[in-house]
Amino acid sequence: MLRYLIRRLLAAAVILLVISVITFFIFFALPSNPALLACGKTCSPSRLVEIKHSLGLDQSIYTQYWEFFKGLFVGRDYGDASLLVHCHAPCLGISFQTDTPVLDTLLQDFPVDLSLALGAAVVFLILGVSLGVLAAVRKGRAADKVAVGAALVGVSLQIYFVGLLLMYVFVDKFSILPTPNYTPITQDPVAWFQGLILPWATLVILFLALYTRLSRSSMLEVMGEDYIRTARAKGLSSRTVIIKHGLRAAITPIVTIFGMDLGSLIGGSAVITESVFGINGIGKLAVDSVTNSDLPVILGTTLFAATFIVLANVVVDMVYGIIDPRVRLA
Amino acid sequence: MAIEISPQSVDVAPPSSFLEVRDLRVHFPTDDGLVKSVDGVSFALQKGQTLGIVGESGSGKSVTSAALLGLHKGSRARVTGEVWLDGDELVSMSEQDMRSLRGNKVSMIFQDPLSALHPFFTIGAQISEAYRVHHKVSKAEARDRAVEMLKRVGIPQPERRVKDYPHQFSGGMRQRAMIAMSLVCNPELLIADEPTTALDVTVQAQILDLIRDLQEEYGSAVIIITHDLGVVAEIADDILVMYGGRRIEYGSVRDVLKTPEHPYAWGLLQSMPHLGGDVSERLNPIQGSPPSLINLPTGCAFHPRCAFKDQVADGRCSTERPELLPVPGTDKHIAACHLTAENKIEIRSAADRLAK
Repeated sequence: MLRYLIRRLLAAAVILLVISVITFFIFFALPSNPALLACGKTCSPSRLVEIKHSLGLDQSIYTQYWEFFKGLFVGRDYGDASLLVHCHAPCLGISFQTDTPVLDTLLQDFPVDLSLALGAAVVFLILGVSLGVLAAVRKGRAADKVAVGAALVGVSLQIYFVGLLLMYVFVDKFSILPTPNYTPITQDPVAWFQGLILPWATLVILFLALYTRLSRSSMLEVMGEDYIRTARAKGLSSRTVIIKHGLRAAITPIVTIFGMDLGSLIGGSAVITESVFGINGIGKLAVDSVTNSDLPVILGTTLFAATFIVLANVVVDMVYGIIDPRVRLA
Repeated sequence: MAIEISPQSVDVAPPSSFLEVRDLRVHFPTDDGLVKSVDGVSFALQKGQTLGIVGESGSGKSVTSAALLGLHKGSRARVTGEVWLDGDELVSMSEQDMRSLRGNKVSMIFQDPLSALHPFFTIGAQISEAYRVHHKVSKAEARDRAVEMLKRVGIPQPERRVKDYPHQFSGGMRQRAMIAMSLVCNPELLIADEPTTALDVTVQAQILDLIRDLQEEYGSAVIIITHDLGVVAEIADDILVMYGGRRIEYGSVRDVLKTPEHPYAWGLLQSMPHLGGDVSERLNPIQGSPPSLINLPTGCAFHPRCAFKDQVADGRCSTERPELLPVPGTDKHIAACHLTAENKIEIRSAADRLAK
C-alpha cells in the first residue's frame, strides 16, 4: 500500500513537470509581449529593454525554464541590488503585474476556493446520491420522474442565469441574505456562511443533476445484480438491502467522478460562479493572468489546479482499494 | 380420480402436505405483452422429500422458486394461485410476514455463487448477517455460527476462511459457502436453483452429497431446480417437467425417468450422454428453441418441436391443449400429451432398439 502510494506520487510529480513544460512553451508561442504591457503607456525603448531584462525575458526560453525549475527548489531573487525581491522556495515566480510572489497570491486566494468547493461538494454529493437512490428504487414512478426531471432542469440552466436569479430573489428583492462575498471563516464564521450560501446553491444546482443521474443509473444496475436477490432472500429489510448491499456497491463509480470534480473545484474551476458573485478566487486570478499575459501567474494557477486534480486521482484510487476488496493496490 | 387440470378445480382448504403449490401463475406485464413465465403450476412436497424441477432455460423453473420465497412481491409481476407452506399461504402473505420466513423457514441456494455473493463483504459477514436477521445474537455468536457452518459444509480452516472475500474462494468453495449461508437458520424448505451448474463434475457430486446429508440431518424438504436429469436421478424423489411455464409431466423419479410419457421428457433423456455409450454416436438434441412466453404455440406448447405430432389424428397437437392425465398403473404420474398409450409403447421400443 505504501509502496503503491509512493509510486503514484512520483508519477504525479512527473505529470506536473510535463504540464509545467507545456504551459511554459505554449506561453512563448503566444503573440503577446508582457514587457510592453508592464511598461505602460509612457514607454520608451530603453525602458522596455530594462523591463525585459528585469523580468528575465531577454534570456533564451530554455534558460528561463531552467531558472523557473531551479526556483521551485531553492527559491529565486529578482531585480538588482537597488530593488531586490526575494521569492523563497518553492518559488513559482513573481507576477509581472504586481511584483508579488505567485505562491503567496495563490495561498491567499486558496481558502476562497476551498470553502466554495467543499461546501458545495458536501451538499451535492449527499443530496445527489440520495435523490438518485430514491429515483432508482422508485423507478418509473412519480418520485423517479420528478428527480430526473429536476436534474434535467438543473443541468440545463446556466450558472450565470441561476446565480443572477438567486441574487435577485434573495438579495435584491427580499433582502434575506447579504450580497455574496468572502469573509475568512477564522474572522467571522457567520458572515463566511451567509456570504457563501448563494454561490454554494448555484454550484449545487449545477452538479446535483449529474450526481442524481449518475447514482440513479449506478444504483439501477446494482439492484439488478444477483447478490441483491440473495440479500432479499436472506429476509433482510428493504432498507438494509438498498443501503447496505445496494448503495455500498453503487457508490464506486460515484467516488471516481466526485474525486475529480472536487479536485478541479478546489483548483479554481468554479470561475464562472466566482465572477457572477464577484468573489476573488483562483479562477478569477487565472482568467486575469491570461488577459494580462502574466506568465508566472498563468503557470502558477495551472500547476496549482493540476496538482489538485492529480492528487484527487491518487486519493480516489486509494479509496477504491478500501471500498472494493477485489482491488489490490500493489 | 380427478387430477387438477384447470384452475377451476382448486381446493380451498389448507393441504395436508408440508408444501403444496396450487395453480401458481407468475405473469410479467411488459411493453411487448404479458410474459407468462409460470402458468398454472401445481405440486406437493413432504418434509424429508426432494422434488426435482426440470426444464430448459426460460421454462419457468427459477421464477417458480422465486415465487416460493415471495421475491416477486413489490415488483411488477402478477402472482396468483396458492402456495401453502406448513399451514401458511404465501402468495397473499404480506411482505413483512414473508420476510420473517425468508432465509429462515424457506431458503435458497442460488445458481452462480460468484454473482450471488456480495463482492464487498467477507464470507463470514454474509453468513452471520443471514443468521442475525432471524436470531437475536451478538456479532461474536453469529460469527461463531458462521465458522461452524463453514466447517459443516467442508471448508478447511473455517476460522481463517471466514474472513475471506468471495473472490478469494474457488468455485466449489463458493458454492459451499452459499450452501452454508442458506442453511444457517436450519430451513425447513430448501430450494436449490441449479446448485451445480457452474461447477465441474467432481465438485458437483460433492455438493449433491452435501445437500443430501444436510437434508437427512435436518429432515428438510428440498426442491432442486436443474436442467440436468442426472442430478435429478441421483437426488430427487419426485420430478416435475416444465415447458413454457407449464407442467407437462409430473411423477416419481422412478416412473418419469423409466417410462417418460411426454416427447419433451424423452428428448431431455436422449440429449444426455451415457456412460459406456458409443462415443462416435452423436447426441440427440431436441430440435428448435424454447417457445416465446408471450405467444405460446397453440395447442400443445411443444408441438412445433415435436417429432411425433403426425401420429396424432386431425392435427390436434396444434389446436387442442392436452390435459394432464394420470398414467394408468402408477401412483401419481401425470403427463400432458395427445399420443395414445399404444403410440408411446411403440415409439419407446423403437428408441430402445436404436439404442442397442
